[in-house]
This record gives sequence, C-alpha cells and structure tokens, in this order.
Amino acid sequence: MLKQEDRIFKNLYNDLGSSLNDSFKRDDWSNTKELISKGKEWIINEVKLSELRGRGGAGFPTGVKWSFAPKKVGSRPHYLIINADESEPGTCKDRDIMRFEPQKLIEGCLITAYAVNAHKCYIYIRGEYTKEGEYLQKAIDEAYEKNLIGKNACNSGWDLDIYIHYGAGAYICGEETALLESLEGNKGQPRLKPPFPALVGLYGCPTIVNNVETIAVVPTILRRGAKWFASLGRPKNTGTKIFCISGNVNKPCNVEEEMGISLKDLIEKHAGGVIGGWENLQAVIPGGSSMPLIPKASCDTLKMDFDSLVAEKSGLGTAGVIVINKDQDILKCMARIARFYKHESCGQCTPCREGSGWMWRILERAAKGEATHKDIDLLSDVTKQIEGHTICAFGEGSAWPVQGLLRHFRKEIDARCYSEPIIKKRKNIPYLVDQHLLEK
Amino acid sequence: MSVKKVHDKQPDTFEFTKENLVLAENILNKYPKERKKSAVMPLLYLAQNQNDNWIPLAALKYIGKFLSMPYINVYEIATFYSMYNLSPVGKYFVQVCTTTPCLLRGANEIVKACQKKISKNENTISENGMCSWTEVECLGACVNAPMMQVNRDYYEDLSKNNIEKILDSFMQDDPIKPGSFRNRKSSAPENSKINGNGINNA
Repeated sequence: MLKQEDRIFKNLYNDLGSSLNDSFKRDDWSNTKELISKGKEWIINEVKLSELRGRGGAGFPTGVKWSFAPKKVGSRPHYLIINADESEPGTCKDRDIMRFEPQKLIEGCLITAYAVNAHKCYIYIRGEYTKEGEYLQKAIDEAYEKNLIGKNACNSGWDLDIYIHYGAGAYICGEETALLESLEGNKGQPRLKPPFPALVGLYGCPTIVNNVETIAVVPTILRRGAKWFASLGRPKNTGTKIFCISGNVNKPCNVEEEMGISLKDLIEKHAGGVIGGWENLQAVIPGGSSMPLIPKASCDTLKMDFDSLVAEKSGLGTAGVIVINKDQDILKCMARIARFYKHESCGQCTPCREGSGWMWRILERAAKGEATHKDIDLLSDVTKQIEGHTICAFGEGSAWPVQGLLRHFRKEIDARCYSEPIIKKRKNIPYLVDQHLLEK
Repeated sequence: MSVKKVHDKQPDTFEFTKENLVLAENILNKYPKERKKSAVMPLLYLAQNQNDNWIPLAALKYIGKFLSMPYINVYEIATFYSMYNLSPVGKYFVQVCTTTPCLLRGANEIVKACQKKISKNENTISENGMCSWTEVECLGACVNAPMMQVNRDYYEDLSKNNIEKILDSFMQDDPIKPGSFRNRKSSAPENSKINGNGINNA
C-alpha cells in the first residue's frame, strides 16, 4: 500500500480544500522559480530519469516526448496542449484533479511549457465537464492574480498564458491529432502520423500534447526528485497512479496507489470487494473500455502496471478498472461497449466506421441468442480487419475488447449461438453483409 | 458520429445579443488573429445558450459570417459533435449515461423511469414542456454510477428508489440539488475512515 507521505494528490477527495491558499499548504508553487532556474535540460532529464509514462492511455515516456520538440524556437511558436477530454468509459480521474487539485495542473503547465519552449497553453476539456471547467478557470484566475502565470510567471522570466477550450461530446477528440483538429475549428478526425505533433501540431507549429494527470505529477517529481518517483513501482513502471474502480464492487472509488499494486488488493482493500465476494468475480476490464478484459482465473495474481498487463494481452490504459461479477451477462456488457464505439467512430476510415457497427450488431444478436455459430467466426474476422487498418488507435480500441471476449469466453458464446444460419445457401448479393436479415 | 434531426420550424434570423457579442470578442482573443476558425465551437455554445439550448440554422449562418468561414463548415461542426442540439429540448434536458460502467449498476432503471415520467421516447419533450431525455455515452463519472446530467449538473449515485422523485422535481420546475444521492463525498469510497491528517484513508 502507498504510504501517506508518498501520495501526490493529497486532496483527491477535497478534504483539504482546493483554493490557492489551501494548495500552498500542500507545497504547490513553493519553489517553482528555483525549479525553472535549473534549466530546460535539467527538467527534461529529471522527468526522463523518473521514468514517468503518459497517464492518458498509451503510456509513452513523457521525458522522451518532450525531447522531440525542437530545441530552439524557429519561425513558428511552440504550443502546449493539455488533454482533459476524459471520455474513456471507466475513467474519471482527471475530473477530480481539475476539481480538487487544479493548482498542481497549472504549476505543471508552467514548468512543462518552459521545458518545451511554449508561451501558450490550451487545456481541452470535454464539453460535459462544464462545472469542472469553471472550477479550473477560477483556479487559473487565482493564479493570474498572484502572477503565478501570465507575464514573467513566478518571476522566472517566462511568459505563459493558459486558455480553456471545451469539446462538445466527441470521444475521438481524446486522440491527440483529432484534438488538434477540433481546436483548429474542424471536425475531430485524426491526422496521419508522421509528422508527429511535436514537429507539426496545432496550426502547423511544434506542439506537445499531454494528459492532465501526467502534467499534474511533474511538479512533485521535480520537487522530491526523480529517484523518489522511480523508487515506487518497478523499473519502467514507476510512480503512483490514480485508479478508478467502478462496476460491481461494494465501494466504487478513485484511489491513488503505487504502480504495480495487485488487482486483488486494489479491489478488496480500497473498493470494498466484489459484490458477492471474490469468488463471484467474472472478469475485469483493467484499463478503460478499450482494453481487453481479463477473466477471473488471471485476476488472482494480477499486478496493475503497464508491462504486467501487456503480458496478459491487455493493457493499463487509463487505469479505469471495470469490475464485472457473475450476476452480469458478459455478452450484454461487451455489446454495450461495442455500441459505444459504433456511436463514437469519427467515420473517417472505412474499416472502423463500418466494422464498429458490424461488431455491435453481431454482439447484440449473440446476446439475445439469435446469432449462428458462423456469426462468431465472422465477428472474429471483422475485428482482425479493423485492427491495424485505421489512421488512429480507435480501430484497435474497438476491436481489442471484442477479441478479448472471444479469447476468454468463446465457450459461453458458442453455447448460446449454436443455430444454423437461416439462409444456408448464400444469395448472390456480394455487398450485403447481413444476409440473414433478408428473411426476417 | 451522431444522427441528428434539424428542427422543422426555424426562425428566420439570428444574431448575438449585446452581452454575447462582448463574450464572443473575448473568445476570439483566445486564439491567434489569423485563426478565427478555432472559435467556432465556443461560439456555437454561445448561440445555444442564447436560444433556449438549441441552435437554429440561422445561427449557423450568422456564425459562419462572423468567423468568415463557409456555412457548410459550421453545419459540419454542429452535426459532428453530439452536444449541439439542432432541435428544441426541454427546459431540463436529462442525459442518462448508459455505457457499461453505469449499465452494470442499473442504468436501465434510470431509463425506465425517464420513459415513465418524462416521455415514452427519447428526444421528445414531455407534455408539460418541462423535460426531455436522451441516452448518452460515458459522461466520465463512472465511480459514481449510475448517473445522469441535467443541463450542466451531474446527478450521481442514483437508484431506482430515488430517481422518480428526482425526475418529478424537474417536471415540477423545482430542481433538486445535484451531487451524490448516497451522501458520498466526491469519488471517495463510502464510509471510509478519516485519519489524523484529515485525509480519507481508503
């Protein structure tokens, strides 16, 4: 269990107050000027040494990302973008940071902006979080008043302006290039990479995009040292992480824990255990809905960090842990996730646009017991056709959960979907994919 | 992408009120001068707020002119993003999250209550004109499931025992206070002990 003094987000539940004065008591802004005076290289190097990996889902090393930004500012200004478009089902950690620890985020923005040569920072918040955006705006105003940001922020000689930009209900805008498109006033459709945003990003300028949690932990890492952060967890999977435990548990909650905590501890010690007891556990989705589920058998010894979960053919993602117990119909749960992806596909790439709806329709049929045994092979094939054939990772995000379901629950699905295809002889309409619908 | 219906009765003209024109100028100042287009999303919100929570086509044309961008591009944005309403919604617009984390904790009951109390179908304004409801995808408050958003507020930790009372309060134009309905403190585990530092020791 994480020691009290090693917690970064001490006010995760708003027990200590979120105003600027309350934040001062938690060491926010205590020696920002001194940290900045150590120079860009020191900051980037320290973050590299801490082995901090991005908290937004992909887990890319943050220090390495920052070092991709050009060292000198050319004709184009640099931008820092904070991704607060938290929409992954099962994830609600950034919401609490913006509500209760906004100063950590703002201080992180200043330090990061200095390290990557940016004078302008946009925080892209999902449109539904209007209230959270207001809290954050209030915190930004407070920081401006005390000259912690703005011209010559914290007397460091660096200028920084922070603006909030609201999204409007599109999950895909959490993808960094879609976010940039949205910020430019276009539909949120991802761009081809390369070029990566670090070189060609917002308005064609070098841009660093980071998740809220990633930026909010940076000041504490610099203050307490990279060694301290790296001493938590295990190599390449260091530090603390906010886990969101939702679904069939007795006390769903957000909790900050050490990376690599066992899943069983997380659920039993923090979330009050699975409803109906540990034996009643059916499966866990460990990192937000895009990550494949893990069946009970593997959950007993599972460690929650990036590499351990990859070894289980899943991923830590955003650390949104969705617990599903045996009272639930796993097929219905996954069919609902497939419906989410059908709704949120941006429509740019054909495999994803058509495939996400196709997967949903088959799963809905399967959940009702109306699918045929051939359908399930077809479903498996569709997931493979989407995976790796789209511009952004949304394709994988929609296909992986279904693949996980098929990998671990194939027997249960087959038991429910045994009927013969209604149309045994395929009609010669090659473009009609749902041939069975003809007869209904 | 969401399927949207454009309302059949449209006003002929639209323009920002004086107050909103000031706000619009402030919004424009956030972005580089030659990148006015970036302001299209905040301006659409502004138009939506000014016009009873829905955007008429005249407003899309107006914003297009305001930002010197083609009408069709504004239309494209307004239809791509799900939070822009192109037809009227109730005074209290109830959005029920039904994605898996909420589904696991009984979001179906919330939907049933909406059907019973507000209207049988989604996106239909109730007979007394107060409410309309719709199912939405994950609203990002999964540890407080099931939950719904009414206009700007989050109503969390709902259950079939209290949802009808909550919906009644909107139907009677006397909205109940938002937040957790199990008296939880934000996203902390329920009934957790408070230790010496005043921090929830989960």
